[in-house]
Amino acid sequence: MELTTVWFALIAVLWMGYFALEGFDFGVGMLLPVLAKNDTERRVLINTIGPVWDGNEVWLLVAGGATFAAFPEWYATLFSGFYLPLLIILVALIVRGVAFEYRGKRDDDRWRRRWDRCIFAGSLLPAILWGVAFGNIVRGVRLDAHHEYVGTFFDLLNPYAIVGGLTTLTLFVLHGAVFLALKTAGDMRQRAGVLAARLAPAAIVVAGAFLAWTAVTHRDAIGLVFFVAAAFCLGSAAMATRLRREGWAFLATGATLVLAVFGLFVTLFPDVMPSTIAAGNSLTVHNASSTPYTLKVMTWVAVFFTPLVLLYQGWTYWVFRKRLSVENIPA
Amino acid sequence: MDPTDIARWQFAIITVYHFLFVPLTIGLSAIVAGYETAWVRTRDERWLRLTKFFGKLFLINFALGVVTGIVQEFQFGMNWSDYSRFVGDVFGAPLAVEGLLAFFLESTFLGLWIFGWDRLSPRLHASCIWLVHLGTLFSAYFILAANSWMQNPVGYTYNPATGRAEMNDFAAVLFNKVQLVTFPHVVLSAYLTGAAFVVAVSFWQLTRGRRPEDRSLYRLALRSGAVVALVSALGVAVSGDFQGKVMTEVQPMKMAAAEALYDGEDSAGFSLLTIGSLDGSEEKFAIKVPGLLSFLATGSTTGHVEGINELREQYQQTYGQDPGAAYYSPGDYTPPIAVTYWTFRLMIGLGLVAALLAGWLLWATRRERVPRGRTVMAAALALPLLPLLANSFGWIFTEVGRQPWAVFGLMTTEHGVSPGVSTGEVLTSLTAYTLLYGLLAVVEVRLLLTYIHRGADELPDPPTDDEASDPDKPLAFAY
Repeated sequence: MELTTVWFALIAVLWMGYFALEGFDFGVGMLLPVLAKNDTERRVLINTIGPVWDGNEVWLLVAGGATFAAFPEWYATLFSGFYLPLLIILVALIVRGVAFEYRGKRDDDRWRRRWDRCIFAGSLLPAILWGVAFGNIVRGVRLDAHHEYVGTFFDLLNPYAIVGGLTTLTLFVLHGAVFLALKTAGDMRQRAGVLAARLAPAAIVVAGAFLAWTAVTHRDAIGLVFFVAAAFCLGSAAMATRLRREGWAFLATGATLVLAVFGLFVTLFPDVMPSTIAAGNSLTVHNASSTPYTLKVMTWVAVFFTPLVLLYQGWTYWVFRKRLSVENIPA
Repeated sequence: MDPTDIARWQFAIITVYHFLFVPLTIGLSAIVAGYETAWVRTRDERWLRLTKFFGKLFLINFALGVVTGIVQEFQFGMNWSDYSRFVGDVFGAPLAVEGLLAFFLESTFLGLWIFGWDRLSPRLHASCIWLVHLGTLFSAYFILAANSWMQNPVGYTYNPATGRAEMNDFAAVLFNKVQLVTFPHVVLSAYLTGAAFVVAVSFWQLTRGRRPEDRSLYRLALRSGAVVALVSALGVAVSGDFQGKVMTEVQPMKMAAAEALYDGEDSAGFSLLTIGSLDGSEEKFAIKVPGLLSFLATGSTTGHVEGINELREQYQQTYGQDPGAAYYSPGDYTPPIAVTYWTFRLMIGLGLVAALLAGWLLWATRRERVPRGRTVMAAALALPLLPLLANSFGWIFTEVGRQPWAVFGLMTTEHGVSPGVSTGEVLTSLTAYTLLYGLLAVVEVRLLLTYIHRGADELPDPPTDDEASDPDKPLAFAY
């Protein structure tokens, strides 16, 4: 296999990891005002993701860094082209990250309320905008002959991309609800389970529409296989939430995200950012990539260190595997 | 204003801001790790209380370091897309490696450290904060390797067909001679920064704290911090000296601009300050140390230091008539002298004062003594600000001193800016970051002051066996 293909796949894997991991902590952030009735319950919710959200977010940073290293043209076009949505995402991630850390640092209801709103908005906006961004990447955007984005901010808000945004939104909320049912105990677990079961049909409709729209537009056979698999997992997740099989439900929503993202990347390949102006303007794995030397160096680094990272990140989840309840929250 | 200027201001603001938190993160993680290890070894509870006290302050600072770091990684693509296209093949690699090696390590083990107090053995728990510190060092190494490549591009060839710099030797990029002197300089100044913070906080608690029985605790912190500060400051000076010589070799213009030396001299002196025109071209009064600039630049007090005027001519000959140069335009290749001249002095001067203050406090607190008085307090409270400012001035010096280049000799800054990003967009992001960062700074400082004021908490009673095995027991730490 060519190294450009390997790196395209690796970047897909980083996004799959990002969506499957930060997806649930975005979901928990969005469910904060919905599921928790009082401050202790809000603290239970936040503490389920407390030890892991930052590590989850690193998947995004590495995806960004890997794109810079392996496909500089893609990085340059994507980040300068999607300027305002990325700015909103960055601001959201900043206030959200600070909110987790600072919310409990003062015993003051107004202070905590304010940070709670930051956590909610800081989770909601990226949850929608990542879907919008991916929708646009797959759909193609206005790139000129120099691979510069020449569209406007409002071009990015086309119907297909918006359905993409709603897809990540609903999937992340569902993923978060399923995660909370798995990670909490008592009343909270019950409520999260009921909510997950109620959310699942909505997720099926929205995500199903988006994946079907993608499949019909692009007619990519291999991509379709992954979309069908993703749909199957989402269906299983819906079933598992009804049966209150929390572990299975979480695996299934995680797998849905992983398969859907991979399907999108498969559909995209060998383009990395198609142009809607002229096919010749499109960025592909070939014209956007780094040199074989750089890709080779990076491949060795990835081969050695990725397993190590997966090992210790997995270990964290094992250390913090216990369910949390309101009893665990110190006064 | 054109987008290039706004993008430059933005880069300056968000990078200087980010680097207020970075050195504290590097320095405090090492010191907190040292305290926790001292506790594990000696079981002296004072070390554990210090670990938790400074650990909390470390976390308040770390939060802002992390979130402002995300912007750094996205910034190149957003505002400097042509720069990214040109350098990505070389510059992207250390950034990606930084993410994989450093960011995962830091964030994962910090999560374990924060929430793992009652789930990990003390030894394992202490290892977590050491791994966080190791992560910060990896992070510093790779990002500085990327920056050193901009200062002194090595291990690449320029490919006219693709119009970009392409890497051919990753080891050369990682072990760039600029990098080998910059990394120790930056990390040691981070230790100095962290230590100065610890000294100031402890001094405040020692003299104003509400619990006299905690005196010995803060004395321990103050004196250990002062020792770290002194040793680091010495290292900063030595590594800075090496750095000056390497910089003279690779960017003579930067060093000439550091002294505003217009005409080359043998045994060039170093002025402590100059009164005259702001860029030092006219001088009315100056305090000069003879031969010092020659010594800093060449290692000999009689060595020849090239001046701005002759270097400008040299640069114009080398770069001015290069017909293949798509990424730089003929110019006078002189950085803003007033900025380089003063930031260089402020960097050295403030760092020096910080070291002297830490040394004096160490001496003044010998054998149970506690110096008192308003001046002493003011000096102690200014202490952590000095290295923080010195760090900022150091970065402003080295980055502004490289101008007009983004990548020395290869691409000027004005050619790196994103062509498709409008003035309105850059202005929007500049405004958003400035307001947000300003607000967060206020929140952060107030929070730090609250926790500094509160002092180290008493340790809770150890749980009985029954409590320890109760699955519903409250967590030792929770958000």
